[in-house]
Amino acid sequence: MIGSRLSQLFIMIFVLSFLTFLLMKITPGDPIRSILKVDDVSVTTEKEEQLKKEYGFDEPILKQYGEWIINVVQFDLGESLISKKPVSELILERLPATLALAMGGLTVLFLISIPLGVVSALYENRWPDYISRWFALVGASIPSFWLGLLLMYFFSLKLQWLPMMGRGTFAHFVLPSFTLGIAMAPIYITLLRERLITILESPYIEAAKARGISKRRILFFHALRGSLIPLITMFGLSLGSLLGGLSVIEILFSWPGMGELIVQGVTQRDYPLIQGFIIVIGFLIVLTNLLVDLLYMVINPQVQQGKEARV
Amino acid sequence: MKNKQNLSMLLGIVLTSILAIIFLLGSFFGTQDPFYINMANRLSSSSAHHLLGTDHMGRDIFARIVYGAKLTIGLGLLIILLAMCIGLPIGLLSGYIGGKVDAFFMRVIDGILAFPDFILAIAIAGILGPSLTNIVIAIVLVKWIVYARVVRGLVLEEKQKEFVLASRLSYSSTFHTIRLHIIPQIFSEIVVMAAIDIGKIILLISSFSYIGIGAQAPLPEWGAMLNEGRSFFQVHPSLMLYPGIAILLTVLCCNLLGDGLKGYFKTGKRRNLL
Repeated sequence: MIGSRLSQLFIMIFVLSFLTFLLMKITPGDPIRSILKVDDVSVTTEKEEQLKKEYGFDEPILKQYGEWIINVVQFDLGESLISKKPVSELILERLPATLALAMGGLTVLFLISIPLGVVSALYENRWPDYISRWFALVGASIPSFWLGLLLMYFFSLKLQWLPMMGRGTFAHFVLPSFTLGIAMAPIYITLLRERLITILESPYIEAAKARGISKRRILFFHALRGSLIPLITMFGLSLGSLLGGLSVIEILFSWPGMGELIVQGVTQRDYPLIQGFIIVIGFLIVLTNLLVDLLYMVINPQVQQGKEARV
Repeated sequence: MKNKQNLSMLLGIVLTSILAIIFLLGSFFGTQDPFYINMANRLSSSSAHHLLGTDHMGRDIFARIVYGAKLTIGLGLLIILLAMCIGLPIGLLSGYIGGKVDAFFMRVIDGILAFPDFILAIAIAGILGPSLTNIVIAIVLVKWIVYARVVRGLVLEEKQKEFVLASRLSYSSTFHTIRLHIIPQIFSEIVVMAAIDIGKIILLISSFSYIGIGAQAPLPEWGAMLNEGRSFFQVHPSLMLYPGIAILLTVLCCNLLGDGLKGYFKTGKRRNLL
């Protein structure tokens, strides 16, 4: 299993890095010129040639790519074209803030989606169900950054309960975490609801009812447990979109994370930074997928014996 | 369940019609120029002349929202069509032909799909340079993969069915079999997916424009409008209110219609069986 995940990592990073590499080379924009612009020197042909040589841009593409891959294997992601710092350092600097915000968002996500999903399934087609389904529908339609702006407006500007942006205290965590959590909740609510409704109608729940086990016990020990696997699968799948969604929220709240860094990189066309970012994200995704696999094993021992998990 | 889904369809149609009427009336009978700057009349509140007031440069907000609607919805449709034009044939062939081609293809696709579309689009946009056109290219490059993947899965499922086998046994050409026996079967799933995806794409475009790597400043894309109005939202919240509501309602329409279509096709299929 770990082997197949690792091979997935290599294929993914190889394909992506090669494609991005190729794209960079064939697109019109010129990184050399943007470096010169940043340095504020007048653009001369000699200067351009000199820099091209310095960065190895005059070599054939395949050779450049080969050198880049060899460096990556040695954890060297190159140097940012703009700030001249090593890319790995820039990213590692920002990683903790992003991970912290992701954790905050996930906490809110669970606090919202599990109760709403459970209530929705228990009161199917009655008003609590309608409320939570409308919540999911609107939540799936609202742009996350606008939701963040609204939360900012009400809780920071009008009520002045929470700081508007920046990072530092726990209070700074609240608004970005809620924005992220609410934006991600809809899929989980819908999934949990559908799964629970199916499970609550299944024979083993009937059997438990017939044995006189209390409703609450059935819900928490029998039904919820059975609906965990698809939720975890979904979690593994949506981890990427979590990281993507984060970058918008980071910019909105001036949160000094990776997303903010990469958007800067994009506007300045800092190629090594963009590529390094792709590699790091790919690595994070494979790592969490591995964790999800391990979680499966804990929850459903069948997987351990090499059988397919029933999802 | 059935009632609820019909309700989504009904609500979706009503809401879509209302929005369509507003946008159409606005674009045919609106007298304001969305690009006309009038610093003397900046940040005015709504009046008969400026329905939703003016922004920080004195431009008419309603005219800008209407222009943004044409832009955003048009781009959403364009992207989905392009993504389908690439994704459907590849998915159909890959699933139908199968074998090594399919195996290789799926390996590559799975590798890319493991990547979040937002980040992939950021990377592509970053490489091509930030502009609305490049965001469109980036989203198409990301979205077609999903369609190819889904279509392939559906084709694999349909391929096993007796009527497809019967068609192949009776020496129908591949093209004929796909067109007559496979496409009608997977059509409904793709339509539902596309309806919901248009909403997602609109959200993506506006997010990119908001963070400044999509539509650029004077263009009244909704996300870009929010970005421009950001610094005024303490004093004039209306600058950030209207474009957001426009996005929310438009995407809500897509989700309601997608949901409703899902229910419609479900009951339709059941009727065929009976």
